[in-house]
Amino acid sequence: MQTIDMGQTPLREVNAALQAQTTTTNQTKWVLENPRGAHAVAVGLDAPIEVVVKGSTGYYCAGMNKQATVQIEGSAGPGVAENMMSGTVIIEGDASQYAGATGHGGLLVVKGNASSRCGISMKGIDIVVHGNVGHMSAFLAQKGNLVVLGDAGEALGDSIYEARLFVRGKVKSLGADCIEKEMRPEHVEILRDLLDRAGADARPEEFRRYGSARKLYNFHVDHAGEY
Amino acid sequence: MEKTPPTTPRQSWTFSNEINSEIRRAAATGIYDIRGGGAKRRVPHFDDLLFLGASISRYPLEGYREKCATNVVLGTRFAKKPIEIAMPITIAGMSFGSLSGPAKEALGRGATLAGTSTTTGDGGMTEEERGHSEKLVYQYLPSRYGMNPDDLRRADAIEVVVGQGAKPGGGGMLLGQKITERVAGMRDLPVGIDQRSACRHPDWTGPDDLEIKILELREVTGWEKPIYVKIGGARPYYDTALAVKAGADVVVLDGMQGGTAATQEVFIEHIGQPTLACIRPAVQALQDLGMHREVQLIVSGGIRTGADVAKALALGADAVSIGTAALVAIGDNDPKWESEYNKLGTTTGAYDDWHEGRDPAGITTQDPDLAARLDPVEAGRKLRNYLSVLNLECQTIARACGKSHVHNLEPEDLCALTIEAAAMAGVPLAGTNWIPGRTGF
Repeated sequence: MQTIDMGQTPLREVNAALQAQTTTTNQTKWVLENPRGAHAVAVGLDAPIEVVVKGSTGYYCAGMNKQATVQIEGSAGPGVAENMMSGTVIIEGDASQYAGATGHGGLLVVKGNASSRCGISMKGIDIVVHGNVGHMSAFLAQKGNLVVLGDAGEALGDSIYEARLFVRGKVKSLGADCIEKEMRPEHVEILRDLLDRAGADARPEEFRRYGSARKLYNFHVDHAGEY
Repeated sequence: MEKTPPTTPRQSWTFSNEINSEIRRAAATGIYDIRGGGAKRRVPHFDDLLFLGASISRYPLEGYREKCATNVVLGTRFAKKPIEIAMPITIAGMSFGSLSGPAKEALGRGATLAGTSTTTGDGGMTEEERGHSEKLVYQYLPSRYGMNPDDLRRADAIEVVVGQGAKPGGGGMLLGQKITERVAGMRDLPVGIDQRSACRHPDWTGPDDLEIKILELREVTGWEKPIYVKIGGARPYYDTALAVKAGADVVVLDGMQGGTAATQEVFIEHIGQPTLACIRPAVQALQDLGMHREVQLIVSGGIRTGADVAKALALGADAVSIGTAALVAIGDNDPKWESEYNKLGTTTGAYDDWHEGRDPAGITTQDPDLAARLDPVEAGRKLRNYLSVLNLECQTIARACGKSHVHNLEPEDLCALTIEAAAMAGVPLAGTNWIPGRTGF
């Protein structure tokens, strides 16, 4: 196990060490101590390594992640795991705005709550939030799955494309072109797998599914008022 | 009885035939007009400036004999690997999706032959473009369509797009007819839908966030790549200052004549400032921060000739960027397609329905038959030729002003033909020493 004290090591050296790991590295476990809210920690990783961050992080922790598993033993600032391509990011605490923004793949797990715009413009990432999500979550969500064990704030899934949203609690309101949809068996299976992988204590049958009504996919003057 | 002489029917300036046709179109469809390109209205521009040339107090350089350098280095502030280009002219960002694959390839080929850079656009980086572009700038846009860290690292520079001259404050819309399987696949969206490009970034707002976003981009790419920040011509002084504050290596400033693939006509013509009005405030911001020439300024929007290039440089830019002119150079709006333009209800020079994907020239289309009309090798050569002419013209002017490098051109080499241009460019009205807004008459 490699341990780096971020109180003593410049950010550039921390990221360079992590980014230098290859798919065949035997240095698979890394611990980052004293992150003290630093921005851009463990970004741009591309190796099957495990990184444990011992504390809370600032903006964009694990941004653009590929392959790596990043565990944040604290809360995460805005844009955690933004544009993630693959791998897993786990936040033991809460996540600030834009968690998982534009993510293309991989799994993001937030064990606390996620703030507004969770999963904005998501493009294939799977996000599981054990708590609540804030307003405008899954705004312009294109692909992937957002699972919320708690409640969702206003305008969930506004202008959503083909992403699937699963919410166990209350939804304050749905955004433009987002509707409740039938939970079919294939959705139950997708959800069961996600809950299992995210370590979530919930049953798929407790959730409702939301997605796109597809009315805004092509402009029509009669729908202009919905934009 | 003698007939009363008829008066000539008088058209209304306010309700011109053009305006009335737009009213009828709007009444029939219920939707605003969308088109490509930049502002078509007449605004104060580089044509309203003149170079003074050499005189007794200024020695000219001998054309074809005495050296006048044109090379430009971009990204010297923080990047480990700045870009050096042979001429102060780059190719602006234009997306695969709005443009055909052969068109993007032609832009890459032409730029590479000329020793300069080209730029991706919304929708990500294609292999054709990367393969044919020696120096490729990767646009980092609000939509993040096709964005991935591998392409970031394959780029030679990264351009964070905040705004665009044709539509500062606006997003984009690529209509469904251009969303082929390949375009849709790159953007993670269904085939045939109208694809919305967001007007602001999904994971940052404001200059403080931008600073952190730039930090992240640098960390992901090992601090190698120059980071550009592209702004529309809205508030050039403050936007330039804030981009510098956020850590930009290069500021790209796009005035309202700068083109777009598709936006509302009302947006293009009524939001944003002319390119000429934007340059001096941006340069002033750089000078106030002690960053002029440390952070390079690239100006775009209506650059057509070497004179335009030279004037932009004289006003303080380090380089210019061309988009519309590059498309014309490779065949856009070519008279040889006149009969086909007529079938589309338009004519050579006025064709701007780039979003509809029916471009006879095969440039702004995803139709394979139309796209096949463009030979990327030949089109690339034309672009190289055109870029060379721009550069030679700029050099000619610089030599006439006695400059051994085009960057030595300065506002003192210029005068203005109109009061408006004099005020915007901050140079004297011709025949006077009056700079409106700065000096007494």
